[in-house]
Formats: sequence, C-alpha cells, structure tokens
Amino acid sequence: MMTMVDLNGLKAKALEEMESEGTLRVVVGMATCGQSAGARRVMETLKKDVAELGLDNVNVAVTGCVGMCTYEPILEVLEPGKKKVTYIRMDPEKTARVVKEHLQGGKPVLDYTVGHDHAGNLKNLEDLQFYAKQERIVLRNCGTIDPENIHEYIARDGYAALRKALLEMTPETVIDEMKKSGLRGRGGAGFPTGLKWGFAAPNKADQKYIICNADEGDPGAFMDRSVLEGDPHAVLEAMAIGGYAIGASKGYIYVRAEYPVAVERLKIAIGQAQEMGLLGRKIFGTDFSFDIEIRLGAGAFVCGEETALMASIEGERGEPRPRPPFPAVKGLFGRPTILNNVETYANVCQIILNGPEWFASMGTERSKGTKVFALGGKINNTGLVEVPDGHQAARDHLRNRRRACPHGKAFKAVQTGGPSGGCITAADLDTPIDFDNLVAIGSMMGSGGMIVMDEDNCMVDIARFFLDFTVDESCGKCTPCREGTKRMLEILDRIVAGEGTMQDLENLEDLAENIRLTSLCALGQTAPNPVMSTMKHFRDEYLAHVQDKKCPAGVCKALLGYVITADCKGCTKCKRVCPVEAITGEVKQLHVIDQALCIRCGACFNVCSFNAIARN
Amino acid sequence: MPEDPEVNQNRFGTGVGNNTQRRLGNVNDQSKCACSCGCITAEDPRFAELKSYIDSLNQEQGITMPVLQEAQRSFGYLPLEVQKFISENTGVPLAEIYGVATFYSQFAIEPKGRHHIGVCMGTACYVKGSQKVLDKLVEELKVKVGCTTSDGKFTLEATRCLGCCGLAPCIMIDDDVFGKLDDVSRIPDILGKYE
Amino acid sequence: MGNVNVTVNGIEVSVPDNYTAMLAARQAGVEIPSLCFLKDVNEIGACRVCVVEADIKGVPMRNLPASCILQVAEGMNIRTNTAKVRKAVKTNVELILANHNRECLTCKRNQNCELQSLCDELGIDQVRFQGEKRKPTIDNLSHSIIRDASKCILCGRCISTCRDVQGIGVLDFTHRGFQTEVAPAFDFSMRDVDCVYCGQCIEACPVAALTERQYIDEVFEAIEDPEKFVVVQTAPAVRASLGEEFGMPVGTRVTGKMVAALRRLGFDKVFDTNFSADLTILEEGTELLNRVTTGGVLPMITSCSPGWIRFCEMKYPEFLPNLSTCKSPQQMFGAILKTYYAQKMGIDPKKIVSVSVMPCTSKKTEANRPEMEVDGLRDVDYSLTTRELGDMIKRARIRFANLPDETADSILGEYTGAGVIFGATGGVMEAALRTVADILTGKDLKDIEYNAVRGLDGVKEASVVLPIDGKDTEIKVAIAHGTANAAKVLDAVKAGEKDYHFIEVMACPGGCVHGGGQSIVSAQVRLDVNPKANRAAALYAEDEACVKRKSHDNEEVKALYNEFLGKPNSHLSHKLLHTHYAPRKVYECQA
Repeated sequence: MMTMVDLNGLKAKALEEMESEGTLRVVVGMATCGQSAGARRVMETLKKDVAELGLDNVNVAVTGCVGMCTYEPILEVLEPGKKKVTYIRMDPEKTARVVKEHLQGGKPVLDYTVGHDHAGNLKNLEDLQFYAKQERIVLRNCGTIDPENIHEYIARDGYAALRKALLEMTPETVIDEMKKSGLRGRGGAGFPTGLKWGFAAPNKADQKYIICNADEGDPGAFMDRSVLEGDPHAVLEAMAIGGYAIGASKGYIYVRAEYPVAVERLKIAIGQAQEMGLLGRKIFGTDFSFDIEIRLGAGAFVCGEETALMASIEGERGEPRPRPPFPAVKGLFGRPTILNNVETYANVCQIILNGPEWFASMGTERSKGTKVFALGGKINNTGLVEVPDGHQAARDHLRNRRRACPHGKAFKAVQTGGPSGGCITAADLDTPIDFDNLVAIGSMMGSGGMIVMDEDNCMVDIARFFLDFTVDESCGKCTPCREGTKRMLEILDRIVAGEGTMQDLENLEDLAENIRLTSLCALGQTAPNPVMSTMKHFRDEYLAHVQDKKCPAGVCKALLGYVITADCKGCTKCKRVCPVEAITGEVKQLHVIDQALCIRCGACFNVCSFNAIARN
Repeated sequence: MPEDPEVNQNRFGTGVGNNTQRRLGNVNDQSKCACSCGCITAEDPRFAELKSYIDSLNQEQGITMPVLQEAQRSFGYLPLEVQKFISENTGVPLAEIYGVATFYSQFAIEPKGRHHIGVCMGTACYVKGSQKVLDKLVEELKVKVGCTTSDGKFTLEATRCLGCCGLAPCIMIDDDVFGKLDDVSRIPDILGKYE
Repeated sequence: MGNVNVTVNGIEVSVPDNYTAMLAARQAGVEIPSLCFLKDVNEIGACRVCVVEADIKGVPMRNLPASCILQVAEGMNIRTNTAKVRKAVKTNVELILANHNRECLTCKRNQNCELQSLCDELGIDQVRFQGEKRKPTIDNLSHSIIRDASKCILCGRCISTCRDVQGIGVLDFTHRGFQTEVAPAFDFSMRDVDCVYCGQCIEACPVAALTERQYIDEVFEAIEDPEKFVVVQTAPAVRASLGEEFGMPVGTRVTGKMVAALRRLGFDKVFDTNFSADLTILEEGTELLNRVTTGGVLPMITSCSPGWIRFCEMKYPEFLPNLSTCKSPQQMFGAILKTYYAQKMGIDPKKIVSVSVMPCTSKKTEANRPEMEVDGLRDVDYSLTTRELGDMIKRARIRFANLPDETADSILGEYTGAGVIFGATGGVMEAALRTVADILTGKDLKDIEYNAVRGLDGVKEASVVLPIDGKDTEIKVAIAHGTANAAKVLDAVKAGEKDYHFIEVMACPGGCVHGGGQSIVSAQVRLDVNPKANRAAALYAEDEACVKRKSHDNEEVKALYNEFLGKPNSHLSHKLLHTHYAPRKVYECQA
C-alpha cells in the first residue's frame, strides 16, 4: 500500500539519482526509429567503453523518441547545471570518441552536435527551429526519461495526478475538470473527452471498462507509438484516472502487434506499476482498484474504429457495430466502456496536475491544448511536432516545406488524416489546423499524420493508393464499403491505365457520395475522402488522365512514354541501363527507344546526363 | 454470362475450394504434403502447451484472439488441426475461429517462412518509393508478394504503416526495422544477415 | 416502457420507445425495404438498403442511418421517400447486383427472391457498375443442402440463424472486405462439417445461396416408369405449409388438396406419414415403459428428428444410449411399405419406389444413412421437401386451389389426431402421453389435451402421475425445440440439475412445422406473421377434427400388428423399425 509520503520520497530519491552533482547522465533514443537507425550498436559501444574506462560518474539510460527522425540515432549528455549536449546521427565510432573526449575528457565533440548559434554557443535540439514553437505536453517525457524505469517517471511527477485524483477529487470533479479543459479525442473524430466520460459515469453496471486505443493505423502517423515507447506510464496513469472517474476497475490497451517495442515497454511498465501498488487493489490506500491488460491487434485497420476494436477484444471478427448504443452505454462485453486513444490519455495527467484553465489557455477557440503532428513524405525534416492546435507553428512548418521539399522539388499538397482524410493545397495552407477547419476544407485531422507531396506525386495515383488501402482493410460487413470502394478502385485503375471515361468520373463521384452517406462506420463513411478531395483540388489531373491520356506527374506508367531527343550525345549510358534492351544506337550516334519493348521504368530518364530523354 | 462455376473442388477433395485453394496455389513448396494439417500430429507436445495456455485464461472473457496469437507463435501458422483443437477446447465453433483467423492479416493458414519481411506500404513510404523496394525484394527472393521462398526462409508481405515514417521507405524483418531504403541496392546485404 | 411520438413521411404516430424506425414506419403505413434484416435473428444493419433520412427535434442525424436498428426517440422525424434516400437505396442494391450471379430466370428462387422483388420495387433498370465478381463455387456434395457462393449477398442471416438460433455455427463470414464470403471453416463441404441439415439457413436466405438438394427429376422419372410402383408418404407438417407455395395464407391446412394433387401427379399410392407416426408412438411408448419398469437408460429421448439425431451424435455422444432406438416415422413407413405392404399386395418390393414429402432437409440425409434399409432395400428412395412438392405440382400444371379434397389410400393411410400433432413441438410428447396413460391406467381417458407441452417456449416441462406396477409414479418430461434448446436441456441433465423420464427434441425451432423444407416466408411477412404458431394451429385444428385422437386406436396400425409384427418391440419390429447410433466425426481431413 502506497501513501503520499512514499511517492514524494521516491520522487526525491529518483531526482537525486538522475541529477546529483558531478553525475553525467547519458541518454540514447531507443524508440523503434532510433533502433532501426542503429541506436542499439551506439548503446552497446557506449556501455562497453564507459565500463572499460571505469567512468563511475556516468549514468547511461535508454530513452524514447525525441521526435526528430532525421537525426537518429541521437545521444544526449546531461550534466547538472550545464546545458544539455545533443549528438546526432551517431554510430559506434563517433560514440567511442564522445565517451573518450566528452565523458572522460569533459570536452564536447563539436563535430557531432547540431552546431553553434551566432554567439558561438553550442546548440542543442531545443534550439532548433523545429523545436522553437513546440509546446510539449504529450511528448513531455519522450526522449527525456527512461521508459523502462518507473522511478524516472515518478521523478517527473509521475502518478502524482492519480494520487491527486484519488485523494483530493471526487469522480465528478475529475470529469468536470476534463470537461472544462476542453480536451477533445485525438483519434480523429475530436469528441470532447470529459463529455464522453460523463456519459459513462452514471450508468450502473457490475463492471465497466476503460480502453486505450493504441491501434494506431493511419499510415503516416506514429505519435502514439512514440508515447508508448517513450512514456508508457503516462498512459497507464491516465487510464487509472479514467477508471476512477467512471467507476471502472478494468482496463484494456489494444495495441498493434506491429509495435513490438511499445508492447514490451508497456508490459514492463504495467509490471512495475503493479509491483509498486500503483495498479491493482486499493490504490493509494483508497477503495479504488484498477488493473490493465494488454491485447494485441492482428493486422486490421478497421479495429481502430471503437466498436470494431471492442469486437476484436471480445474475440470476434473486427466488424464495427451500429451506434447507438454508444460504448459509454453498452460497450465491451455489453458493459459501459470508455475508449480514448494514446495521445488523448497522454494529456490527462497534466490537466489534473495543472488544472483545466492551464490546458484551455492553449489552442484555438474550439480545439484546446496541443496536437502532435507526424511530418513525413517529401520533406527534409521528418518527425513529430507538438504544437497548440491551429497554432501558427504548424503552418510555418508546412510553409517552410514549400521551399524545402527534397531535391528542390515544388510543393504540391499535404495529405492529412490518412485514408480518411484529404489534401491541403498551397492555397489552403493559411487555414488554421484544427478539427473543424480541416473538415471544412474536405480533409480531416485524423490522428495527425501529415504527408507532404511534391510535383512528382500524381494525385490520381495517390487517391488510388488510399482506396487500395481501404479496399484491403474494409471489414466487408456493409454493402457500400465492401462493394462500393472496390468499384471505385476499379474505376481508378482504369483511369491510371488510360482507359477512363468521363462517365467513370461521374460514377466515381456518385459512388463516393453514396459510400459517405450510407456506410455503417466511420472507416467507410470517410473512405471516399481522398478521392473526393483530390477530385476537388486536382480535377485537372483527373481530366489529363481521362481526356488527354497523360499523367502530368509522370507516375502512371501506362500513360508514360519516353523518347530520345536530338540532344542525345550517344554516350550509351541509357542503352546500358535499360533492363529490357529497348534502346539501340551506336556510340556518338542518336539513340532510339523501341516503344514496343519499353516497359516505362524510367531508368534511362534518370540516368541521362544531357536531359535528352523526354517523358510525356 | 458468369464464369463456369467451380463445383466441388478443393484441397480436401471434399468441398469447394475458393480462397483456400487460391492461397494454396501460391505456396511454392508443394513437396511435403498437399494438406496443411498433415505436418502436425495430435501427439505434438505443442498441443499440450496450448491447452495449458487456454486453461490459464479460463477466467478471461474473449480469449479467441490471444489463443490464436499464442498458437500462431507456437506452430508458426494455424492449420486445420490447430484450429480444431482451439475450437474443441474453447467451445467456439470452428467456423467462427476460421472466420477470425482469416479476418486478421497477421494470422496465417499456410506455413510461413522462418523470417517475415513486411514492406511498409504506409503513405510516407509509398510516396518515397516503397513500391520499388517491394519490387526489388520480389526480384531478389523470387517470390510473389504474400508468398514464401522455396527454401522456407522468407515470407514476403506488404504491410500497413509501420509507424517509422521518418525512415521511409522502410521494411521490417521479424522485429527489426530497416529504414531509408531509397537505395534498393542495400537490400541484398540486409537479406544476407538472415539464416 | 413508454410511447414516443415520431413522424414518418409527415404522418405522426405514437409508438413504443423500444421500436425501431422501421417498425414505426410500418405503423405509419410505410414499408421500408430490407435485405439483411430478419426480425429477432439478424439485426446488424449491414446491407444499408433500409437507410432513411432522420432528424430528432430538428437536429439532423449524421448521414443516412439504417432504419432496422435505429431506435426511435421523441420528436424523431423519419423520411423514407426523399430523392436522397431513393438514390442511396438504389445505388446500394446496384452494388449488390454488381457482385451477384444474375441468372434469375434459371434460379431456384425465381419469383420467390427478396432481392429480385426489391429490384422490381425500386425500378432498377440497369447495373452501372461492372468489375470483379466473387468466384462462383457450388457445393452440392451433401444430400441435403447446396451452397452457391455466386448468389450470396453476404447478409449474414444464415450465419445468425445457425449460430445464435440453433447454437451450432456451421457457417460464418470468412476473409474480409471484398474477399468476404459466407462459408464453413476451411471451405469444407457442407457434407463434412457439423451441419445437422436442419435447413433453417435456407429458410433464412433471402436469395438462392442456400437451397435444398432436389430430387424432383428422379421422382418424375420413376413415376413415368411403368415397371415401378411409386408410393408417396407426406409428413404431418407438410399440409400446414404447402398451400403457401400457391399464395395461400401462412398456415392454411390443405390436407385434402395435397392428397388430390399427389394422385394427379401419378403416384400409384398416396399414403400418410401420420400412419407411421401412430406406429412410432406404439413402439416408442412401449420402449419407454420397458425402460421405466426394467431400469433402462433414462431419460429416454425421442428419435424422430434426424437433425437432432445428428446433433446428438456429433455434440453429445454420451447421450446416444438415451436415444429411443425407434427409427423416425419416415423410415418406419418405408420399412413397412417394402415388407408388410409389398407382401400383402403381392408386389415385388424391388419395384417399389418409396418417396416421402417432408418439411425437412435433414430427412434427405437420413434416408441416405447406410443402415436405413432392410435386406438391401432402402426404406426411403427419395425424400422431397414441401417446396419440391410445390414445384412438382406447378410443373404438372395442376391448379392447386381448385382441387377437390381427397383422402389418403388404405392400408397405410389411416391416422389419428395423435399422429397429426407430431408436426408441432410437443406433439410427439402429447401423442405418447395419450397412449402411455391409457395403457398404464387401463382406461380410455377423455382428458387428452396436454397444454403444458404445447406452445413456443424454448424448453417446456411437465409431469404426469401414472400408476406403474400399481404404484403412482410421477413421470417427468421435457420438450426442447431447436438444437440450442436441446443443448440447454442436455447440459442440465448432464450437470445433474434436471431429472426427466422422457425428453422430446426437435431440431427445428417450433418443430417440423417450421422445418427447413417448408415454404419460405420472407423477412417482411415475418414482421407480421409467425409461421410456427400459424402452422401449429393448423395441426391442432386437424387433431381436434379427428374422430380418433390416440395412436393405439388406429385400426390399420392394429391390423399391422395383428397380421405382421405381432406386438410392439417384437423381434420383427426391432429388425424393421429400430436402429442404432454412433458418434460422428466431422472436419476430417481426407487428403
């Protein structure tokens, strides 16, 4: 049984360990992205060399994702009273040098840091433009604490919110504070969290459930993974608070099996919390008991939909069920149930600790707090940014990208909301990004994935890509989604193959409207969004495919042709690279492509040094 | 006119092959046995382990998914004998077990390779060329997507977003992620690390 | 539960607050189309054909909700006939059609198909979408049920029926998305799975994805053959449903017209399974008394329903010794036909073709069980359903409604009221009690209607006090209909919670009147009509109209014993009329 004093004592002790005088704390980002960039070998070298040199004052720790994927692996050195030093793009050799020169010698290795400012001061991650306008609530511990060590979480006020809720607040006041904070669900629909909890609380039942939706499925979104890998206790604690608020004693985390690191860290976290009595029976000596079980997904996007997710936990096919009844009334195993996603939970403890007014002071009129966006696609700086909803910063990020697509390519659009979302064009970039505004311009926030497209991306092909995804992931229960998306895909297949007609475009719009209006669940209702959105913003590209039989972006192979122009110098490079020997010609003579043999792979186009190959 | 119906032909010689047969047509190695269950006998000790796992979940509701996941981990796939065993020991009808097993893409009815390669087809990877990565793997491994190499070493699949968008395009082999594969010539080296 | 006020297409109605929009609309005189909806069985909102526009006190509902599962609320305004709704419904039906085998003219359900009617009602004149279709596969290996995936519209009505109503779960959705199918596990044939062939899935299917295996051509061929002596028997429940094939109200009793039609079809003799139902009571009643007095295995359980027998063999083999060894009335009839009747009439039994008309699809498989023969001759050669008989009458161009009432031939055509009620749940029990009570009391009891065993409760219990060996003994009985209810009773017995002498089990909910071979009642009609109750009422009416209402009063049965069998459970009876059971394995890999 844990008392208030225990928690405070633990916090002090953990802080002491982390920040004691003369101790160097070295953390390596070991989330999935860091690991695949090579962080494990960095860690091995670090541990080995520190041990060999007998550096007793060096404290090596694992940490989660800092959010700057391009710089992984990242190693940071923290020394009490000094500015943090960030090393980027590390490898074992660089690590060895840092151990020797910095950890042992006390002199930071400038070559591997992010550079200096004008005054000649060493910069670390926080000094970068990427970080400048971020406000970290959800990601506050990611990249800072060791996610496998509950003491470090406690050192950062971990479980203080649960203690406060249990000892100083009634379930009603918890719900009231959540309502006042204006927090809206971060999974896509943006439903007010406090309101949802308030629906479940009064319902009488022998058992209620709290579910964490960690089936983060939107392609291009990975903030939930980062939170689970970097700060798993924040989710557990929030679920316990939710359980207290609505009167549930059991929680499930439904997490994608594709996230093995997250699953492992959750298991460790649950084990530690149980051991310390922060989960389990009579928490903080109160009558409140709460425990959490992990359930793994098995590869079905639709299980991100709440009713399908519950069907899956119940051991059935992940088919959505009609609402009403809503889960707050009749959910998992027929009992009142609250589902929120990882990012939503990650806000809860901070709201309890800092008060709803603090949270509501951030964001826009109707979207409070922050939102984590995952930037990906054709931009140089991929990663996670957490900004107050609709904040100028998000737009700045995107606007900067307008000039910052890789290889100097021109910005075309940002896709938000994954297969349920749509495109924001350059013209719409001035729209503040929040739930309602994105819906108004025909997209949606989704879970916050933002994929940047440049001039080389064909929007018809992108629409086809998303629809292919939806057809594959449709559960097959209701007619419009099962049959309708397939027919839409077939039409798009015809269009990218150059066989589309104007009637096809009309049918496409009809189908899209019908699927939106009549599908059973949100996955189906939003499935046509990528098509509707691209048809609205890039109708000219569709017309080019249908009427002119051309793909302006040069993506749709069936519509491409390569010819060698008079600029050909006869260098034979294209002839050599052609995989099907479609190019003939002698040295210093004009080469020719045999159109019958050409497979339109574009290899010659990419290799030509004289811009002598034309694509049409 | 509809196509001629395919009447009463399936792998069991007893029923109407459809998806099962289509899938079977993809498996390269037909040498062992035409039926998926022949390789696992009732005496296999893994059944006893599975039984005790099921018994350990006795108090839980909705155990089908965890049991199927455990069975897949243990047997590598979910053939008839295994699904029958689960049905008999959980009381869930076999058709329902099969319905669940074929609904989720991570359950396999046919044997899988020793290593699982998932090529991320998430948006970020797609716009950055994951199709080329997939094509390269198809070429290197000489298998179709969704199939297993003839030596039983690799199963190649296109998967949903792996959540490593910063590393696009990326692949996952077993539990390891390999990112930034814009340069597909790195792929043979990566494959070479696996036995 | 209170009432709420809703508006449907401008018409205000007050309906119970647990009503759906669809039921409210019905009350307002509007029939909303549906496909996947089957009242109390399949309410999943999947086909999206019943979508409506709705708002609650002026606040519009998002998108178009499915009215079959949309619960009404005070101030709800439902619109079913707007351009938006009409277009959506039409598009969804077109999408179903785009993936449907549209060989309507040659389809078994032509003119009796819910999808076809819907197309007609919606005025669908083209299918705008073409593309990939589900691979057409036909499974016709079982003796009872044919599955045609090309016709399936994935409504799930069969799945819910099999899993939730019958508690078996032979069929389920497999795969997902566009690849979704309804099939047994591992694409096994219906022949090799734990199907009891009750045919409830056929009754549930709105199209022809599930149908019975037909033997019409074989029967017509036999009738044509001058060498063959073709005899037909009709089960009790058939007469309560056959009229529906000709547009008569559900549960119209057509006994006389049925007999007339069979004669006109050319059967050499038209007999009645009611006769062998009476015979069954004498055999089974005697068996029960023997078991009670000699300490045999109790509770004894009836064996008339082949679906139930198969269920017991597969799921509850430990109860096989409890099953009565009596063959079902269908098989008893066949065995007597090819022995006693053949001898008496001087007909070579090899030339006799034994045809049955049953409310049942499982009877087809029963007739084909290897042990169901005597001296190498099959008890029953062809078992037809009520629907098949309807088809034959149509093919023979007989104007059924205009037929006179005729009666069955002698000497296997007489029956009592006890034989008639075999077709309804509780009927076998009631018939048995009428006879057993008379035997034990040695009186001709007048109080013969056992109301406790009638009705549609899933499990019914009753007890009667009867003198056994001079001592008043309480005989406890139970009746279960539908295999899910049978499982409940058996589980209770197994757990020692219940203790019965005699249990009646029918595989189909409602008993044979609602068998899988009966005329199909559409989901829309079922909203207003309960076929189980209507048809049972027809049988009880016929029972009441009978002069003789106890099996042991059947003169032709008495003659059968006097002239041939000796007494019930005699050696010859055992050879001809009794059988045995064995545990049955399914899902066996035969590679």
